[in-house]
Amino acid sequence: MAKPSNYKFDTLSLHAGQKPDPTTGARAVPIYQSASFVFPDTDYAVGLFNIERAGHVYSRLSNPTNAVLEERIAALDNGVGAIATASGQAATHLAIATIVSNGEHIVASRSIYGGTHNLLAYTLPRFGIETTFVDPRDPAAFKSAIRDNTRLIFGEILGNPGLEVLDIPVISELAHAADLPLMVDSTFATPYLCRPIDFGADIVMHSATKFLSGHGVVIGGLLVDGGTFDWERSGKFPTLAEPYAGFHNLNFSEEFGPAAFITRARKEGLRDFGACMSPSTAFLILQGIETLPLRMQQHVENTKQIVEFLSEQEQVEWLNHPMLEQHPDHELAKRLMPKGCGAVFSFGIKGGSEAGIKFIENLEVFSHLANIGDAKSLVIHPASTTHHRMDSEALKAAGISEGLLRLSIGLEDVSDLMADLRKGLRASQRS
Amino acid sequence: MYFELNQQRVFCSTGNGILSEEKPSVIFLHGAGMEHSVWVLPARYFARKGYNVFALDLPGHGRSEGLALDSISSMSAWLHEVIHALNLSKPAIVGHSMGSLIALSYAAKYADSLRALALLGISIPMPVAEALLQAARDNSHAAIDMANTWSHSSSAQLGGNDVPGINMMMSGQRLLERSSDGVFYSDLKACNEFTDALGLAENISVKTLMIIGEQDKMTAASNALKVAGKIRNCSVTSLKACGHAMLSEQPNAVLNALITIV
Repeated sequence: MAKPSNYKFDTLSLHAGQKPDPTTGARAVPIYQSASFVFPDTDYAVGLFNIERAGHVYSRLSNPTNAVLEERIAALDNGVGAIATASGQAATHLAIATIVSNGEHIVASRSIYGGTHNLLAYTLPRFGIETTFVDPRDPAAFKSAIRDNTRLIFGEILGNPGLEVLDIPVISELAHAADLPLMVDSTFATPYLCRPIDFGADIVMHSATKFLSGHGVVIGGLLVDGGTFDWERSGKFPTLAEPYAGFHNLNFSEEFGPAAFITRARKEGLRDFGACMSPSTAFLILQGIETLPLRMQQHVENTKQIVEFLSEQEQVEWLNHPMLEQHPDHELAKRLMPKGCGAVFSFGIKGGSEAGIKFIENLEVFSHLANIGDAKSLVIHPASTTHHRMDSEALKAAGISEGLLRLSIGLEDVSDLMADLRKGLRASQRS
Repeated sequence: MYFELNQQRVFCSTGNGILSEEKPSVIFLHGAGMEHSVWVLPARYFARKGYNVFALDLPGHGRSEGLALDSISSMSAWLHEVIHALNLSKPAIVGHSMGSLIALSYAAKYADSLRALALLGISIPMPVAEALLQAARDNSHAAIDMANTWSHSSSAQLGGNDVPGINMMMSGQRLLERSSDGVFYSDLKACNEFTDALGLAENISVKTLMIIGEQDKMTAASNALKVAGKIRNCSVTSLKACGHAMLSEQPNAVLNALITIV
């Protein structure tokens, strides 16, 4: 008998989750722009509602186009299943709402996307969920912040915008020792550069708005369940290991085994919070994922050259990227992301905030906007935009100085990008 | 629910149903290294339809205590004890892969005690590749990789699951990863050693359904048909483009077939 031969990443990027449409033969994934799906008969309808039958009922809960995307990201991330959500924020919220309840607690990296920080620091406390923020480079801080009521450890594979690399093997080990799951925001890496589940993470989320869709045309999120965490043995997750009155006393761990988390997230979270993805959006993200390996290779290659270029410019005060040997997480980054550490990084210009503004306003190829992971190169000043709701203390803790600029390197000819940056740097130093 | 047998706790899913002496019963038996959750959809269907459902975890599997049993005949004897302990009258038995061997072995011995029999992904003999046995004996992840890949048809390895958003390949892998050391090997060895048993099929008189995956690489369709040919009252449902992991690859088609016999 031959050795097993699983499909490889590039093949899965194009095919996972899809069978050519059986009715029309359509090779592309059709956009099933339908709110609901006809039941063959009443008994079949009951079977779908009662999770006896596989299929679709209503597009808030599932949709055939979205299902292809969900299976595709699950295949690429080595998860048992996934859910497509209205945004990355919706994916984060869906995960938390599925396993964390009033009176419980989260330990999170303090170097995270500003929107996630808002959710954890300001919004969730209104619902009785508190978060302790810790240094992502300090595993002991994660450990000491864990309380009896802690239910989740959260971090980003690459901190935003400081690019601290989360030591997933170490953090997951201490999380599991405390019977807690580790959730990782892997937006900056995508599964092409890192599969956090392979390193010990239990739940992964992506803002699919970024590199996965890759062209800045949609808002979407993806939540992936690794199927690795034993919710029942932990004894801390009644939403997954005890009968749920909202579904005829269904015990998700008992009935769905490794897929308990993602099944509850769909059957409760999508049903009740309703932050589902449009099938048109799912189609566009699928189009992006088809070329994800090619794009990420070029993003990484262009970034490497731009980082080297900027490092040599006298106007650059400092530059932060894990590919640089002096970066504190350089060795860890090589281990977790051997193909590269993405295309987003930050740097500081001599002259601080004022010079930074001149730099941004003199760029022409780079677009000044609040996003990353576009095929086009982007620039932003986080302290005044994406992270502006963080006070100066939180900004300092997250490593965001007033003059910090964040670049997302796109797929343009790298010489054009260098020329644009050179022009901006020169302008930044003019009085 | 749990019940006690020989001082050990045995788990079975009831499909979220309520048990009653008035209802007919159906027993589900999982395959090697697996557990009750593979039956979640049919278990829930038959529970709603008025059956007592017992989707068992074999000893040492899933939530059941004890060591894994080391032969199909000992598993069949254990099943007999379970049926006796639960006081079940004429249950239907549905088995997949190793579970189908247990079901067949039981049905051959207790021909009159069953209402119906469904054999999914069966082959007699059920030879296990030496490379797989060796890897399983070493508790190597290679055993899981081999079994999981060979259990899925080539198209299922790319997905296209009827259950929205669920990755069939990784779901199978995670289930096997949850199995305790030695259990998968013990199961595979039991299947491999169940060799001179084709004659048992001739003893089966109860109405029987066989479900075959036409792309089954673990238990070839041609072998399954040989078994079907030995059973007096056996109908066959053949699933196109389906591998051994038929419960995840074609759950609706499997349920449709089971409805005809259970």
